[in-house]
Amino acid sequence: MKPTLKKIYDWVNERVELDDLIEFMGKKYVPVHRHSVWYYFGGVSLFLFIIQVITGILLLMYYKGSEDLAFESIQFLMSKVHFGWLIRSIHSWAANLFILTTLIHMFSVFFEKSYRKPREISWLTGMLMLFLAMGFGFSGYLLPWNELAFFATKVGTDIAGVIPVIGKPIMIFLRGGEEVTGATLSRFFGFHVAVFPGIFTVLLGVHLLLVQRQGMSEPMSFENTPAGDRKTMPFFPNFLLRDLLLWLIVLNLLAILAVFFPWELGKKADAFAAAPAGIKPEWYFLFMFQSLKYIPGKLWIFDGEVFGILLFGAAGFLWMMIPFWDNKSARGEKNKFVTYLGLFVVFYIIIFTIIGWTS
Amino acid sequence: MTENNGLQPQQTKRDFLKVMLGGSLLAWLGTVLYPILSYLKPPAQAEAEVSSVKVGKLSAIEKDSGTLVKFGSKPVILLRSASGELRAFSATCTHLDCTVQYRKDFGLIWCACHNGKYDVNGRNVSGPPPRPLDEFKVIVQGEEVFISKKS
Repeated sequence: MKPTLKKIYDWVNERVELDDLIEFMGKKYVPVHRHSVWYYFGGVSLFLFIIQVITGILLLMYYKGSEDLAFESIQFLMSKVHFGWLIRSIHSWAANLFILTTLIHMFSVFFEKSYRKPREISWLTGMLMLFLAMGFGFSGYLLPWNELAFFATKVGTDIAGVIPVIGKPIMIFLRGGEEVTGATLSRFFGFHVAVFPGIFTVLLGVHLLLVQRQGMSEPMSFENTPAGDRKTMPFFPNFLLRDLLLWLIVLNLLAILAVFFPWELGKKADAFAAAPAGIKPEWYFLFMFQSLKYIPGKLWIFDGEVFGILLFGAAGFLWMMIPFWDNKSARGEKNKFVTYLGLFVVFYIIIFTIIGWTS
Repeated sequence: MTENNGLQPQQTKRDFLKVMLGGSLLAWLGTVLYPILSYLKPPAQAEAEVSSVKVGKLSAIEKDSGTLVKFGSKPVILLRSASGELRAFSATCTHLDCTVQYRKDFGLIWCACHNGKYDVNGRNVSGPPPRPLDEFKVIVQGEEVFISKKS
C-alpha cells in the first residue's frame, strides 16, 4: 500500500477497527458443488437493482409526474435529451431482467430448501422484496401514461377492489379516487420513487447483512459429507471476481437489448378510448392473467374473479411461509413433496405464461 | 402482605399506571394515525352530475358501428345497428373496468382486456364478465341524438 493510502487506512482503522472486518471477510467462503451456479443470481439481482437506482435517478431529472405532462416528458426525453432513449430503455429492460433474476434466485433457494433454519428471515425478506419488485414493475409501468399502462392500471387496481371488505378502500387508496386519473399517476409516482425504494432498501440491508452474518447456505448433501471433502472457494477474491465478470456480461447484455430493442412509448392514455386489441400485462403477471381468463364469471356463490384472486393470494402467502411449515427440511430430511410442488409451480407459470403470450 | 386479594398495593398501583400509560399510548397513536389515514382518503370532488349528453347528428353516425361517447367522467358506447336502430350502454366492462368496443366482425361488443363479449343488447354472452352492461336511453330529436340515464 502506498504511504498516503496506508496513512488513511490507519487513521480509519484506529477508529473503526477495519482489521476485524478484513479478517472476517477473509474467512468468508462459498461452497462449491454442482448447484453452485445458482449462487450468482442473488448478486446479479443486486447489480440490476443498483442499475435501476442509477437510471431511475437519471430519469427523474426529466420526468414530470402529471396527467398532462408525463407522456410528453418521456417523449421529450426519448427524442431530444442526449441518450435519453438509452437510459429509459436500460431502465425498462433492467426492470424485466431484475424480475427474472430474482425469480430464478427465489426458485433456486426454494429447490435447495435454503430457507430452512436458520435462514427463515433471509427467505422472508427476499420474498417481500420479490413482491415489492412486482409493485415497482406495476407502478413504474403507469408512469409514461400511455394507453397500455392506463388499462393495465385500471385492471390491476380493479382486481385489488375485488377482494371482499378491504378491497374497495384499497382500490380507492391506490387510485386516489374512484377512477384511474392523474391522481393515480401522482400516487404511483410516489410509491415508485419514494415509498418502495425506502422499504426495499431496508429489506435489502437485512437480507445482505444476514448473508454476511450466516454465510452462504450449504446444500443439504453437505451434511453427510465429511468436513474434509466439502469443496469451497474463498469469497474474496475468487467468488467476487467471478461475480464482477458476470455483472460486466449482464451490463453488456443490457446495452445490447436497450440499443437493438428500444422500449416503445406507445400512444398517450385516453380515458374515453376503448382498450386496444392485444392488450396484455407485463410477462411476470401473465400467468395470473391467463388463469383468470379460464375462471368462469360465477363459481358457485363466488364471483369467479374473487375466487381466483383469493386463491393466488393464499398460494403466495403459503409459499412465503414455507420455512414455517416445511418441518422435514428443517430437520435436514429430504422433502420430496416440496420439490414436486415447486416443479408444479414452475411448470404452471411457464405454461400459462406461454399460453398468455401466444394467445 | 396485606389483604386486597393477596395483591400488594404496589401492584394495583402498577396496574393502574399500566392502564393509564397504555391508554395514553393508544390515544396518542389514534391522534397521529387519524389525520394520516384521513389524509390518504381522497376527498370527494364536486362533479357535475350528468344526466344526458348530446352526441351529434344522426346522419354522422354510421350504420353497423359503435361510438364511444363521453358521459360525464365515464365512457358510453352508442351502437347503431345495420337497420339503423340506436342503443347505448355503459362502455365500462363489468369484469375489470376496461373500456369495451364494438366489433363489426363479431357483431358484438367486445372487451380487449380479457376477451369478454356482450351481445348488442348488452348481455354478457361469453368470457369473464359477470353482468350485462348498464343500458342508457337514446333519444332522437329531429336530427340530434341524445343519450340519457335510464330513470
